[in-house]
Amino acid sequence: MQHLLSIVIFTPAFAALILALVLRGGTEAADRNAKWVALTATSVTFLISLFLLAGFDPSNTGFQFMEKYDWIMGFQYRVGVDGLSILFVMLTTFMMPLVIIGSWNVTDRVKDYMIAFLVLETLMVGTFVTLDLVLFYLFFEAGLIPMFLIIGIWGGKQRVYAAFKFFLYTFFGSVFMLVSIIYIYFHTGTTDMPGLLIYEFPYTPVHILGITVPGGVQTLLWLGFFISFAIKMPLWPVHTWLPAAHVQAPTAGSVVLAAILLKLADYGFLRFSLPMFPVGNMVVGPWAMWLAVIAIVWTSLVALVQTDIKRVIAYSSVAHMAVVLLGIFSGTQQGIEGGIFMVIAHGFTSGALFLVVGVVYDRMHTREIAAYGGLVKRMPAYATIFMFFTMANVGLPGTANFVGEFLILAGVFQVNTWVAVFATTGVILSAAYALWLYRRVVFGDLIKESLRSITDLTTREKWIFAPLVAMTLILGVYPDLVTNIIGPSVTQLVQNYHDALPDKLLSDLVEH
Amino acid sequence: MTSADFSIVLPEFLLAIYAMAALLAGVWFGKDALARTILWTTVAAMLVIAAWIGLAEAGAHEAFGGLFIDDAFSRFAKVMVLISAALVMAMSADYMERRGLLRFEFPILITLAVIGMMMMVSAGNLMSLYMGLELQSLALYIVAALRRDSERSSEAGLKYFVLGALSSGILLYGASLTYGFAGTTQFSGIVQVVQAGHLPIGLLFGMVFLLAGLAFKVSAVPFHMWTPDVYEGSPTPVTAFFATAPKVAAMALIARVVFDAFGQVPDEWSQILALLAGFSMVWGSLAAIGQKNIKRLMAYSSITHMGFVLLGMSAGTAEGVQAMLTYMAIYVTMNVGVFAFILSMERDGQPVTDIKSLNLYARQDPTKAMAMLVLLFSLAGVPPMLGFFAKFSVLQAALHAGYIWLVLLGVIASVVAAFYYLRIVYYMYFGKEVDPLDNRMPAIQWVFLMVSALAMVLGIFNLFGIEGAAQAAAAALVN
Repeated sequence: MQHLLSIVIFTPAFAALILALVLRGGTEAADRNAKWVALTATSVTFLISLFLLAGFDPSNTGFQFMEKYDWIMGFQYRVGVDGLSILFVMLTTFMMPLVIIGSWNVTDRVKDYMIAFLVLETLMVGTFVTLDLVLFYLFFEAGLIPMFLIIGIWGGKQRVYAAFKFFLYTFFGSVFMLVSIIYIYFHTGTTDMPGLLIYEFPYTPVHILGITVPGGVQTLLWLGFFISFAIKMPLWPVHTWLPAAHVQAPTAGSVVLAAILLKLADYGFLRFSLPMFPVGNMVVGPWAMWLAVIAIVWTSLVALVQTDIKRVIAYSSVAHMAVVLLGIFSGTQQGIEGGIFMVIAHGFTSGALFLVVGVVYDRMHTREIAAYGGLVKRMPAYATIFMFFTMANVGLPGTANFVGEFLILAGVFQVNTWVAVFATTGVILSAAYALWLYRRVVFGDLIKESLRSITDLTTREKWIFAPLVAMTLILGVYPDLVTNIIGPSVTQLVQNYHDALPDKLLSDLVEH
Repeated sequence: MTSADFSIVLPEFLLAIYAMAALLAGVWFGKDALARTILWTTVAAMLVIAAWIGLAEAGAHEAFGGLFIDDAFSRFAKVMVLISAALVMAMSADYMERRGLLRFEFPILITLAVIGMMMMVSAGNLMSLYMGLELQSLALYIVAALRRDSERSSEAGLKYFVLGALSSGILLYGASLTYGFAGTTQFSGIVQVVQAGHLPIGLLFGMVFLLAGLAFKVSAVPFHMWTPDVYEGSPTPVTAFFATAPKVAAMALIARVVFDAFGQVPDEWSQILALLAGFSMVWGSLAAIGQKNIKRLMAYSSITHMGFVLLGMSAGTAEGVQAMLTYMAIYVTMNVGVFAFILSMERDGQPVTDIKSLNLYARQDPTKAMAMLVLLFSLAGVPPMLGFFAKFSVLQAALHAGYIWLVLLGVIASVVAAFYYLRIVYYMYFGKEVDPLDNRMPAIQWVFLMVSALAMVLGIFNLFGIEGAAQAAAAALVN
């Protein structure tokens, strides 16, 4: 199939268009139809994307399923996948049907809700597969609009604050990427990513306001992209929008945010920071790793004292994303493979945990930890699922998260022992806050009067969790499924990265 | 007047004849009996002339010994001016009529202003520049005060007049200095006096004063003070007009002056334009944050946008001019859509301009709210809307010219600007229940709103041929 990739990108958008134009919202029947259309569209997208996976040749480290058309202003619509991006696409298409099932209980403006999620899926998939810088920026930024509306319209009490903070933070970050993109276009005359990936940007030091910038243009471009991705990721100290957005977003919004949207940043690191600006990464990357270390320790400690269940998971996401950053920036085969692995595992786990919170929130309409306790007595199935994902989040061997964390730490250890040491404390701390959260919510005596009539998981809810549990376990015991696909591409990336840094010591970059 | 000259100014000439004929007819039949008819014939006349100019054969001509230039650049600007004026008039007919504002003078004054603008963009001489500018301005002063019985409207007209007169004075002073030191008022003569890279000090002063006078017309900071008050006080159709056609004409005029008369010394004026651009982008964004009235907000929004347009021009390259023209075309399209919506904002038949009145508008009319959402995100320059590509092209031109700091300032200003556009979205989508607005919206306004929103989305697949035309126009100006 020649247009397979475009079909995967635009199927959800097409469904959204049908919903917008054909369906008259408002009635109960219309709401039900909207849900079914959305579920069908996302499921079909997933099935089509399976063809993508089946037809993908891991040993080929170039881009596959390429498509290219002329576009406005001399840019091109250009898409393709390689070993680095295909699993991001699969994660997205896999999660979206679950997200739609997870929002089956939405009653307010159902049609608009489904349209927002479908459009969001198109934009996210588009970001992962586009091979034109401007098109990348377009997809990357456009995702803000549906997410802004999702938080703002269907969010909690402080949704307005959270929506604005989310939008303005990420928009602020992205404009620096925009300036970098314009500079690249100006400098090289092209926005074609495969071409730029093998282009060597100048790295002679430049002087700005009397300060010498080692690594020159590469460092500056690296920073431009990094600011954007760091806010998106989010990295300490610009992470504060995330807890607000997570807590206020509706359950499905949180799931998309944690499972996919944050991963756009990791994808960006893999696609731009390392291969395009290797010298920049060498100059500033170590500092970024220390920021990540602070993020791990800091946010894990902050997670300990939260009183809202969603906030705990939100901070845990920040910590885990920082671990992914360490893996990618280590520039080692294991570290990067572990990073991608962790992205997928964390996608399943964090998504599942937000759904777990959504289950009790749907019933009790509160997310205060103090309002719960002793749920195991009334909800045994729920307690089991919650336990499973808590363990996965902690990185228990046998789950996919363990593989990811282990590979990352092994990779980081080769580069910087101290960073690895501090990062490992994150594993311990995450066990502390996750297990403590679990104890307070699920164990203990069932003394709250309101909890006495709470019901266990419905069949629909069990069906949401089943695939997530299965995937976490399968990847945990048989990680080759993932590493076989990403391995060759990562090897290529690591090799190019180290080839691009031949005997360039930091001191050489400053002198000249 | 030779027949060759005459054939070049024929569109302007016919429009002027038409204006006088309409004036006579209006007076003859009296009591605004013909007001409606005149308005619609004016719209038709403008569209016909726009098509005529737009489809004219390529090439550059000069008339009256260089007083009047007809080239791809002026044609592009004229088509934009004519079409936007016609659209604004068409969508305001209903509003004017129901408020008893539809006097037969209104379309005629607009026509005269448009003739002035057409002369401005074709000016090849300081004299014809001033003639066009004053014809435009005098007509605009009157339409700003069109609602005679309203204090606000009279205040707007008076304020605009006094400050406009001041700026004309500054401009004339600049023109006289330029004439004194160059010995000619012809742009092609001035450009010969200005030898490559060298500008006599007197001419420099002349140029600065000229630019200051013109900056007033495009409401660039720090010459923007009149804009919010005039936008707020004027009747909404007049505000819509102010936000579109005169801006195009004045921008085109600045481009004419700097490229035709001072094209040899781009360094001298590009820093002035860059400074104006920086101030406008930053102050326009910051000052709009606190606005409660949507018309005032649009005033600051236009200041910000003019900042971006000036940023493109300050690059001093053909690429910059092309970016600026593309930006103007997209800007005008967005503004027509937004003002079509503002014109329809009424409660109990009375116009409202308070942003808060839009609370939960999305629930009341999802289609219109969605169109506004698209337009607002486009104004904010968020991809994938076309407004992003407008910003992208000017930023790109400015970066090529080496204005990296200004580019950074611009993108940060656009983040600030995003806030106040989002605030409108916030009221429409997440607000709280209030008295709903009236549901009435004339079909023509609805169509304009929808078409403009659709253009912002579909434009990213195809720019409707603006690219090529803008490129040709830029090539004609910069050589």
